[in-house]
Amino acid sequence: MPDSSSATGLHTEEHNPALLHHFADPEQQRDAASLGMWVFLGTEIMFFGGLFCAYLVYRRWYFGDFAAASGTISMAYGATNTAVLICSSLTVVLAVWAAQTARRTLLITSLILTMLLGLVFLGIKGIEYREKFTEHHVPGASFRFDQAIPGHPGQYANPRHAQIFFSLYFVMTGLHALHMIIGLGIFLWLLTMAWKGRFTPEWHTPVEMGGLYWHFVDIVWIYLFPLLYLIDRHP
Amino acid sequence: MSMPTAIPQPVEREDYLNTKYGVWSWLLTTDHKRIALLYLLSITFFFFIGGFFALLIRLELLTPAGDLVQADTYNKLFTMHGMVMVFFFLIPSIPATLGNFLVPLMIGAKDLAFPRINLLSWYLYIIAGVMMLHCMLTGGVDTGWTFYAPFSTNFTNTKIVEAGLAIFVVGFSSILTGLNFVVTIHRMRAPGMTWSRLPLFIWAHYATSIIQLLGTPVVAVTIVLVAAERALHLGIFDPRLGGDPLLFQHLFWFYSHPAVYIMILPSMGVVTEIIACFSRKRIFGYSFVAFSSIAIAVFGFLVWAHHMFVAGMSVYAALVFSLLSYAVAIPSAIKVFNWTATLYKGSIRYDAPMLYAFGFLGLFTIGGLTGLFLAALGIDVHVTDTYFVVAHFHYIMVGGAVMGYLGGMHFWWPKISGKLYPEGWARLAALIVFIGFNLTFFPQFVLGYMGMPRRYYDYSHMPEFQILNVLSTAGATVLGVGYLLPMVYFLWSMRYGKPASDNPWNAAGLEWKTASPPPTFNFDEEPVVTWEAYNYEELDAPHSQEVPVAR
Amino acid sequence: MLNNFPLWPEQASTMARNVDALYIFLLIVTGMMALLIFICLIYFAARFRYRAGVPAEQIEGSHALEITWSIIPFLIFMVIFAWGAVVFFKERTPPADATEVYVVAKQWMWKLEHAEGQREINELHVPVGRDVRLIMTSQDVIHSFYVPAFRLKQDVLPGRYTVEWFRATKPGVYHLFCAEYCGTQHSGMVGSIVVLEPAQYEAWMNGGSTGPLSATGEKIFAELGCSTCHRSDAQGRGPNLQGVFGKPVQLEDGRTVTADENYLRECILDPGARRVKGFQPLMPTFQGLVSEEQVNALVAYIKSISQAPPGEPAKASASTATPKAKPNGSQVQ
Repeated sequence: MPDSSSATGLHTEEHNPALLHHFADPEQQRDAASLGMWVFLGTEIMFFGGLFCAYLVYRRWYFGDFAAASGTISMAYGATNTAVLICSSLTVVLAVWAAQTARRTLLITSLILTMLLGLVFLGIKGIEYREKFTEHHVPGASFRFDQAIPGHPGQYANPRHAQIFFSLYFVMTGLHALHMIIGLGIFLWLLTMAWKGRFTPEWHTPVEMGGLYWHFVDIVWIYLFPLLYLIDRHP
Repeated sequence: MSMPTAIPQPVEREDYLNTKYGVWSWLLTTDHKRIALLYLLSITFFFFIGGFFALLIRLELLTPAGDLVQADTYNKLFTMHGMVMVFFFLIPSIPATLGNFLVPLMIGAKDLAFPRINLLSWYLYIIAGVMMLHCMLTGGVDTGWTFYAPFSTNFTNTKIVEAGLAIFVVGFSSILTGLNFVVTIHRMRAPGMTWSRLPLFIWAHYATSIIQLLGTPVVAVTIVLVAAERALHLGIFDPRLGGDPLLFQHLFWFYSHPAVYIMILPSMGVVTEIIACFSRKRIFGYSFVAFSSIAIAVFGFLVWAHHMFVAGMSVYAALVFSLLSYAVAIPSAIKVFNWTATLYKGSIRYDAPMLYAFGFLGLFTIGGLTGLFLAALGIDVHVTDTYFVVAHFHYIMVGGAVMGYLGGMHFWWPKISGKLYPEGWARLAALIVFIGFNLTFFPQFVLGYMGMPRRYYDYSHMPEFQILNVLSTAGATVLGVGYLLPMVYFLWSMRYGKPASDNPWNAAGLEWKTASPPPTFNFDEEPVVTWEAYNYEELDAPHSQEVPVAR
Repeated sequence: MLNNFPLWPEQASTMARNVDALYIFLLIVTGMMALLIFICLIYFAARFRYRAGVPAEQIEGSHALEITWSIIPFLIFMVIFAWGAVVFFKERTPPADATEVYVVAKQWMWKLEHAEGQREINELHVPVGRDVRLIMTSQDVIHSFYVPAFRLKQDVLPGRYTVEWFRATKPGVYHLFCAEYCGTQHSGMVGSIVVLEPAQYEAWMNGGSTGPLSATGEKIFAELGCSTCHRSDAQGRGPNLQGVFGKPVQLEDGRTVTADENYLRECILDPGARRVKGFQPLMPTFQGLVSEEQVNALVAYIKSISQAPPGEPAKASASTATPKAKPNGSQVQ
């Protein structure tokens, strides 16, 4: 019953015959998977889009206060994280290429590197969150903010508006980190499959799809970083 | 062999119902048809829960004084009625039952693109449903289904986070259904099934899926913000911190307006199929109807703030949204005209599905026309937040969407169950629903213009409103009977109904070219389509052969 | 129950007639459209019912028809839109010399304060024929001030002012409803608009008041020490507030705004948000230190010192009675 060969006699994988059965051929299956992932990423764009909308509205209204708040989160950490994620996207691309060209060692190495870089990202985020906690910049009862607005010495930012910045900061980066963690889970699964030699040049769709997801998470960060960290910074 | 949760059939032929018995064969199925039935059971359950709340609301409103339940209870009742009906009944209803069942059949596919994701979407629905039930049983929510800030974020003591989480999860279920449909329709059409040969039911579901995919995530993130604000005291919508309650409304309605098109478009698709079959004609203006579905989906995203004309927006914003709201009415009008024109020179039969379709046409027309009143800024100022709005949306969602849903259930029941429902009872039920519905909701237009606000549990200051409320409640009881009848005779037919042939209606469409009920993988051999949709001329030709399908 | 069976709300304001006219127009137009469709449906359903041996005629469509029945409804809709927009503009444009009433909504009551100082709870007395402008805010959640007989409704928001206006045309008592769900006693947040003949209104007004709202505001202004910085000469550390209401103000960041009620309110509660050009950011915030009613009083006071002195024609922006003028019927335009 398991379908282990198609008409062309190639090994067409599938630990799960039912998966292939409703598709006419592997192309259709791969096309479907690809379209499905792109559509899903579209929904994710709308999800984050709502947050970006809220952020842009408040940033326009309370620019000075947002600039002051932005000045207190570490640009160094943010920039490092950006570099980390960009590198991880490179390792993802390498992983896909490795799968396409049957380079098992490179595939496994790239997947592991991607995950390591992801963990580095999360670690740095953890450090940043802790910093915010000790500085009493976490929204809530113990929130305190006494910074001046950049470029306007003597004028203090409105702490209530700064709290809105930090609310958005934590929700946006928090949701992003959650997506990162899910990504790590996906890559762990990919790693397991790769280790067992499940991916071939004919079939490595999960690697491609996982890669798409990871790139998306990366791109969200590429938008988050300047919006949150670089408001009104001057050299 | 363990015994039937499936329908007992003389086992001459294997179909999707009798291929395997046992609870686990259902709970772990990846067959889109079985999943459709799982959904059917679940949404029917929630329909009656929501309906029960509606009954209590109408009972309370029989008298001006608040004497049936307490104020807080009443506020929870209308909230839960709205949440359950919108999120757990209307939005999944046709797509998750008829859509799931028919989309692969209609395009000649063996299943949806992602069968396991389909099953996952049902489980998410169930998980969300359990959460919602738990929430309701342990205190409920009293913000109205629209949970406006700052009441929902800072002032109410009810279980917003839990309800919000339930809606988040059921929204994810909705997104996955939409995703499945879009990919399936793009990638899994049978050879020869071009876009212009697709049944309009498919076009309608495609448009619906686009809305589900693009809109639902926005309400999801809005719920996240509200939950975060409550749980973590953030302040994004809190004016005391400089937050803006209107931002909440914009984010909320950005989804919730397109959501109403999620609720009506599939119903329009059903009605199109029924009218074509029971007039024995191709739908008049096929491409116009197809593109109207897409236009409704697109324009539907541009009109959200017509819910906010008196909310404190600027006059200029209001003007823009009013204008766009008239634009979105045009494609719906086009559809109504095309359906009517289809009847011209048709050969019309009045079977129950067609009666529901007629009901839809009448009630949707009224509901849609009253939308014109609401889009008129000068009038909206007076009637918004009154029973006029309540009547308007119930005409569309109940008079429109539910009528379409019932019509579709009757039309495809032989295909789904392999049995015929009793026609006499079905026609009676259609009539009862139509009468009960109008009696319930037409008086509410009058009440609204007179000024009765929504969400009022006590109107003892305005006893002049009572008589119309009494009429409305009387109608609601009739309507309830009308809804119970199909439940009873559908169940009855599963055991005692006459067996159905492959194509009891002699209808066009690939789903009718396979057995009733279909085999698990839908077609014995992949169909190759060489004919246009709605080929009723061939079907009705004297001594007509079935148009050959590669078998 | 059957004695009192109205099907149409009373018309008691100038706008009510405009709104009803549009409504009737819509009833006729949509009624005709519905009738047209229903007649076609019923006629076709009967005329083209199944008859043995008479097959259906397959008609693909008709571009001409599609265009016709797209364009004609579109044109009709545009007429409705335009008419609705015109009515809406009128509804949203208070006349220049309207009397002002401050409204504070809270769960679950309406608190109203006339410019002349009378306070009311859940009731608003107004004279026939006078333009009344309501300046409204909420203490807690969103409410909505709805008077069906006037055909007017406006949401009342926390954190800002919203405005609506009316001119009553018929003496009587009319329902006031809260029309935005606001919690447990939402349906209890009901009151009355009492429209009186001018003479009766005078009598009512003179029956006790605590003095004009602006006088209260003047007191608060002094008590809170505002006059320390906001002096009426050029020496103050804060802008001179004489004559400021309704005028353009240039801000520190280059923008120019009009000093309306919302701006004045924001300056009191959030002074750094839109600071006036040329002044240091010294003003402390009074958020939490003043109630909504006190803010209303301060705003009324600042508006009153933008008036011309008594005897000269009132400036275009406001017409609250100044502390010195006696309230009398002839003030009414």
